[in-house]
Amino acid sequence: MTAIRTENLTKKFKGITAVNNLNMEIMENELFALLGVNGAGKTTTIKMLSCLIKPSEGDGYIFGKSITKDSYNIKPIINVSPQETAVAPNLTVMENLELIARIYGNDKNSSLVKTKNIIASFGLGEVQKQKAKILSGGYQRRLSIAMALISEPKLLFLDEPTLGLDVLARRELWKIIKKLKENMTIILTTHYLEEAVALSDRIGIMVKGELKIIGTSAEITRKANAANFEDAFIYISESEAV
Amino acid sequence: MKISAFALRNSREILRDKLNLAFGLGFPLIVLLLLSAIQANIPVELFAIDHITPGIAVFGLSFISLFSGMLIAKDRTSSFMLRLYISPMKSSDFILGYTLPLLPMAVMQTIICFIAAIALGLTISTNILLAIIVLIPSAVLFIAIGLLCGSIFNDRQVGGICGALLTNLSAWLSGTWFDLSLVGGTFKKIAELLPFSHAVDAGRAAMAGQFDMIIPHLIWVIGYAAVILVLAIYAFTVKAKSDNK
Repeated sequence: MTAIRTENLTKKFKGITAVNNLNMEIMENELFALLGVNGAGKTTTIKMLSCLIKPSEGDGYIFGKSITKDSYNIKPIINVSPQETAVAPNLTVMENLELIARIYGNDKNSSLVKTKNIIASFGLGEVQKQKAKILSGGYQRRLSIAMALISEPKLLFLDEPTLGLDVLARRELWKIIKKLKENMTIILTTHYLEEAVALSDRIGIMVKGELKIIGTSAEITRKANAANFEDAFIYISESEAV
Repeated sequence: MKISAFALRNSREILRDKLNLAFGLGFPLIVLLLLSAIQANIPVELFAIDHITPGIAVFGLSFISLFSGMLIAKDRTSSFMLRLYISPMKSSDFILGYTLPLLPMAVMQTIICFIAAIALGLTISTNILLAIIVLIPSAVLFIAIGLLCGSIFNDRQVGGICGALLTNLSAWLSGTWFDLSLVGGTFKKIAELLPFSHAVDAGRAAMAGQFDMIIPHLIWVIGYAAVILVLAIYAFTVKAKSDNK
């Protein structure tokens, strides 16, 4: 089944085109990495697909539902882990998770059950009663992703999930993301190219608001006639940006 | 469910900030103690405990604007709010989620103020209960001011506007510290056009058992509260959209 389909999706801000005629299709349970240098249009694309902002032109469909006409029915089946850690600082780990579970319609008992389960699967047990603001960066990021998952979304947006983490914490998160992709569609944005290659099924590269290429890392490397994926990414980004 | 969960979160955020408690409860009580001490040494009718208590209660409520304004302003600029905007919450869920926990806090603050006043010599009567009820629209007014400021300004600006300007405005223009007739003129006219003196006078009328005097003052407070609440909802909705661009 198609998880995301966009038709000429466009966003303009005061005459500046941030995303231009985006056409793409992402399948259910696929992990799709959206890459691009700063200002390429990745975040704007995610904001449109998560119904946070309306497109200027075109439309997008999440499991067949229009982002312009049916956002009310899309919101319960998607979730996002924003680039910056998105937690309530004065709430404990448990309280943060229960809050999100209840906002997504779970009653008190089922929120508690889901909270305990996700605490176990994310290794948050030893900090579950600590306030979010005193957690380490790695734990905060883990909590932030757990909060995105507690609603059991069909589509998850992971915006720079490992930004600022040390190599051990990053590898820990990779393991978690690899497990997640068995059960849900994931859109990943990252500046770490090795992360995109290691985790994703397919990769799309955006340049100046346009999606320039889609494929596996091997396909993109081959099409760009490059020695490795990093060289391919630089070639595609630079050749179109000038 | 969404509203109650969000309201619980907001209660926790406010009550776990010790500075909020210190200012919201401590400051009005200290002022009450000071004025009572002055009254004990130099009796002034204005500072008589039954006269000053409604004014101090209204002054205390002005800190509720600071709490609500700061919370919303901080939330608006955080990634946590981005998460909530993407969730199935609607604008009305946000507004009610911010308002509902503040109302019992405001009423509790007023009750504590009156309990302190009883300890300082206020005679216990059913009029105290009436005064507390009469001050509820004032609580809504100050919550609405906080919602409006938090929706428009950033947390630093809210600190200045609600923390310094509003608390002073509501104090000077309420007739709590001095009789507005002593200044008279334009100052008195401005004070009478604003809701703060009416809030205090409604409370004083309730304390004095002048029941026919309550409604004319309350109409001002309720009118201001309704208009500012509508403006706050509008401002929050508009800013929620523009913040995400």
